[in-house]
Parts: sequence; structure tokens; C-alpha cells
Amino acid sequence: MKKTMAGDFLIYDKSSNTYRADPEQIVRDDVEKHYWLNVVRSILKDWRLYLMLIPMILVFLFWRYFPMYELLASFKSTANMQTPVSEREFIGFSAFTKIIAGDMAPRFWRALRNTFLLSFYGLCFGFPMPIILALFFNEIKSNFLRSIYQVLTYLPKFVSTVIMTSIVTMLLKQGGLTFDDGILVKALHSMGVIGKEAVETGMLRNPDFFRSIYQISGIWEGAGYDSIVYFAAIIAISPTSYEAAQIDGAGKMAQMRYVVIPSILSTLVIMLITRIGSLLQIGYEKVILLSHETTKSTAEVVSTMAYELGGMGGEGSGASVPGIAMAAEMMNNVVGMLLVIGANTIAKKASNVSLY
Amino acid sequence: MKRKLEISELIFKIISYTFLTIFALLCLYPFIYVISAALSSYDAITYSRVVLWPTDNGKDVVFITEAFKEMFTNDQFWTSYTNTLFLTIYGTVFSLLVAILGAYALSKKRLLFRRFFNFFLVFTMWFSAGLVPQYQNYIKTGHVFAKMGITDEKWLIVIAMGMAAMNIILLRNAFEGVPSDIEEAAIVDGATEFQVLTKVFIPMSKSTIATVTLFFAISRWNGYFWANQMISKEYSKPLQVFIKNKVAEYTDPDFLSFWTESYHPDSVVYALIVCSIIPILVIYPFIQKYFAKGTNVGGVKE
Repeated sequence: MKKTMAGDFLIYDKSSNTYRADPEQIVRDDVEKHYWLNVVRSILKDWRLYLMLIPMILVFLFWRYFPMYELLASFKSTANMQTPVSEREFIGFSAFTKIIAGDMAPRFWRALRNTFLLSFYGLCFGFPMPIILALFFNEIKSNFLRSIYQVLTYLPKFVSTVIMTSIVTMLLKQGGLTFDDGILVKALHSMGVIGKEAVETGMLRNPDFFRSIYQISGIWEGAGYDSIVYFAAIIAISPTSYEAAQIDGAGKMAQMRYVVIPSILSTLVIMLITRIGSLLQIGYEKVILLSHETTKSTAEVVSTMAYELGGMGGEGSGASVPGIAMAAEMMNNVVGMLLVIGANTIAKKASNVSLY
Repeated sequence: MKRKLEISELIFKIISYTFLTIFALLCLYPFIYVISAALSSYDAITYSRVVLWPTDNGKDVVFITEAFKEMFTNDQFWTSYTNTLFLTIYGTVFSLLVAILGAYALSKKRLLFRRFFNFFLVFTMWFSAGLVPQYQNYIKTGHVFAKMGITDEKWLIVIAMGMAAMNIILLRNAFEGVPSDIEEAAIVDGATEFQVLTKVFIPMSKSTIATVTLFFAISRWNGYFWANQMISKEYSKPLQVFIKNKVAEYTDPDFLSFWTESYHPDSVVYALIVCSIIPILVIYPFIQKYFAKGTNVGGVKE
């Protein structure tokens, strides 16, 4: 702590050869002494601003923060769900021990592994695709032609998950008496990508295919749209950079290597870190719509497991154990949050760019 | 003098055109297939004769609109369509209003506890309570709503869903980018806080607002999970829920064995998909030009 000297508060006045109080310090003292008064004054002066904030705060409080309070229920008895969380009996960490090492453990760890793997494969296969698209968009010099390509590739992003999964279901469906196999199944079979038995069991009911279906439909859906951010970085490159590189004798590959890649590097790093940060945040909607009772071994992620255990799936989804469902998802989300914060810190250190 | 195209450049161009053409066609093909299959005959679908155009024997183009007719004469279809419109319009307006007001206040440097409010917002992006607590929270609020006399569950969806912290941050960044000189000029001219917002800030961040509106509207139009979960009354269910239920019903083998119509039940599913995509296809090209600009402005904050 800095030692305070009398001289810090006084200013030597040469003309009268005396010390007088520092006017700035008087103001500083005043501000410190009347901190809350000044806060109230400032709020009263700008009351309109604070009024504007209120709806947003309420929405987030009610629909984002109140559920977090509900999470406390995972430490409490679920015998009577009607009583408020604060009045339920405290039972400690039994839900957590159950999912980490107890009878729910195999299912939970499998779900966590599936969550991680789905995102990880998404990172490996889905991440490079938009960059490649953006590089190729840049090659098309005709604006009209390029915008046609862009409109077409962005399009799937604006189709809902229900429609997307319905299309996938129809294209991949298993044949029956009155209808044939889906057209995609037939095409893949005739190309020799999938074998006879895969056609017979139905691709959507085969756990081996779930991850591929999920990733390919994900790329189909998002690659074009995700390329926007890279393409924006690429068109921001000044044409003189390319000219300079050409004069220096750089071919196409050398231009890529020394002009284009360095210019999109910061965007790329940020997007990569965001993806790594959200490794455990996976969209449950698509998984619920695409998965099937028989594909659980690869398709069940933590949130869909919680969906079932929490009794949200309606009748026939087994006994409802909301305490365990909450505990499982809470663990997943806490680890996910640590990943996001870690990734953000690295981004800040590495490129002076903060995401939030 | 025109520079000669180098061989590496030429190869790269050829590769990029080929790749993009293939990818764009792959993006488009499912839609073409869906439209064609919706208009094809029973036999064409049963024996997988539909490839590109609506057909009966695999060669001639035919238009069998019975599947669409069945959809259009289904009351539940129109009810769910109106419900989706209701949710999209009211929901987008509500979300946008809350987001613009909040983002405007957050963009002001003079706002006290600004860091706290920002954290309040961003924390929801890092940590979510999860499905089950959210579900229980919605049920509780549903009871509160019912006590207040709001029996239409759609209002719960309008008010409770679709608010995303990212969209508010996009708007906030756009508002921060408005030069303060212009704001001061407006204040000197006697503009009130609200006038500054509506006459200066909103017109100056049009592209971001257009983008965010699009995001809100799309997420409302496409919203399925919570609508399915929270809306119990048949007449309040939106289109996505209706489609999902129809797909499940029409692809059920038991249902198919009693089918006697001249068109294939799959055609009905395809017709539904077409009807759901059309509004997006119509609006999309008009808004498309905005979002490259809009997302770029605020996507990354430096």
C-alpha cells in the first residue's frame, strides 16, 4: 500500500510562498465521500437509460438466471417436486456420485464422450470447409456469378432443424412393402459406399452411421453461411498486396501462403478458439430429431440424456429422475464454461482480441 | 498489356469453379428433389423414379397436385401456419424491442455499472442451466400466466424464448460505432434520449438491425423444441411441430398399409416441407445482402 504524505494533498504556491489544498483532490475527496449520492444523482439524470435496460434485465433474469437457481434442486430431495426448491430436503452430492461412479455412471460417461466426439469431429471436418469455400469464392471475379454461388450455399442455413432432419429422414429412409429405400441410400449403395446389410438395417437406425450423418448434414447446413466471416476478411485485402506479391514472382500458391492466409489468420484463430470453447455445447434439437432408440450408443449426448431422465420426453421415456438429469447437465455445462473462459483468455493473450 | 494467366492460377481457378459448382448443386439438390417428389405420382416414389423433375414413369414431366390439395384442405395446417406467423411477428417485435433498448443503454459509456450489466449478459452465453431446470421454470411461469388469465400458451413462447445475448452484443457494438459527434449534435438540437435512439442510432446501424431482425425472425419461424415442449393445446401448435408430427405419422409403416390415395404419402410430407420453406425463400434474397455487412461489423470486438 502506498504511503500517504501530507504533501500529496497540498500544492506549493510560489507567489505567496504558502501551501494550499489541491483543488483536484478536493473533488476526489468529495466524489469518494458522496459516492452513492453521486450514483443516485447520475441515475436520476439518466433515468431513461436505466429504464431502457429494465426489459432486457427482466428477460434474462426470468429465463436465464432463474433456471440456474433451479439447479440447486440437484442437491436436494426430489420426493416432492411441487414445493419450492428452498424448502426441499438437502441430500448433498448423492446425484453427482451416482452419475460419476454410481449406477448412472456408464451412461453419463458415454453421453459425455459422445458430446465431445460429435463436437470434435465437427471441428475436424466442419471447421476447414468454410475457409476452403471462402478461398474459392475469392477466385470468382464475376460478382453476379459469385452471388449466385453464395445464395445457393447460404440457403440451407435458413431451413429449420425440423425440415432439415425431415429431408435427411426421407432421403435415408429404409424401404418397405409400399415404398423403396430413400434415394440417397440407393445412390450410396450403388456407389459402393455402404454395404448390403447397412441398407437392410436402415442407415438412421444404425449407430455406426449417426456421426457421419450428423457431420455431413451439419456441413451441408452451415459451411456456406460460416464462410461469410472468412470471405469478409479476404475481400478486405488490398489488391496492391497481390500485385506486390506478383511482381516479386509469387505464383498462386505463394500468394495464398504469404498474402491470403496471414490476412485471415486472426479471424481463423478467433473462430477456432470459439469452436474449441463450445466443444461441450451441442445443439440438442438436431440430436433429438435425428437419433433413434437404436442409435443411442453413439447419439446420446448429455443434454438428450437429461431430456429423457428429466421426464421431458413424454410417456414411455422411463422413470423421471430430474435430480440426476440436472446434475449431469450441470457438470457438462460447468466444464463447457471453463472451456469457453479458457479459450477466451488464450484469444486475449494470443491476439489481443477478446470475444466478449 | 494484359497479364498472362499463369498455369498455377489457371489450375486453381478450375478447381475452385468445379468445387463450388458441385457444392452449390449439393446445397440445392435436396430442395429440387423435395419439390419434384411432392408433385410426383404414387408409382414414381414407390419405385424411386424421381430424380430431378416431377414425374410418373421417370421420363415425362407431370404435376400431381393432390398432395398439396390435401395439405391445403387440412384445417390444422392453416391453424399451425397462422400460429407460426403469430409467433414470428410478435416474437420478433418483442425480442427486437428488448434487444435494441438494452443494447442502446449498454453502448453508452456513461452508464454506471456497465461492466456488471455486460457480464450479466455474457455470462448467459458461457453457462446455461440446462434443459430440465429451464423446463421446470417455464412450467412455473406457465402457471403464473394462467393465473393472470393468459391461457394462450403462445404468449409464453413469445415472451420467454428467442432472446440471445449474442444478438444484443451485435447491436451494442453497432451502436458503439456511431460517432459521438452526431449524437452530441442531436442533443444540442434538443433531441431527447428516445429521439436520439430512433432518429440517429437506429438509422445509422440499419444493416446490423436488419441482420439481427433476420436472426430473430428465423429462429422464431424455425423454433421447434420449446414450442413442442410447452404448447399442449392442439390449436396453438406452430408449423414446425405440425410438420414433425406429420412426418412421424406418414412414415409409420402401419399407417402406410392402409393407404388408398393416388399419390404417395411421402408427397404430403414433401409438400409440407415446400410450404414451410417458401416464405423464407421469398424473403431471403432481399435480406441476403445485409448480413455479410451486419455480422462483420459486430462479429468480433477488438
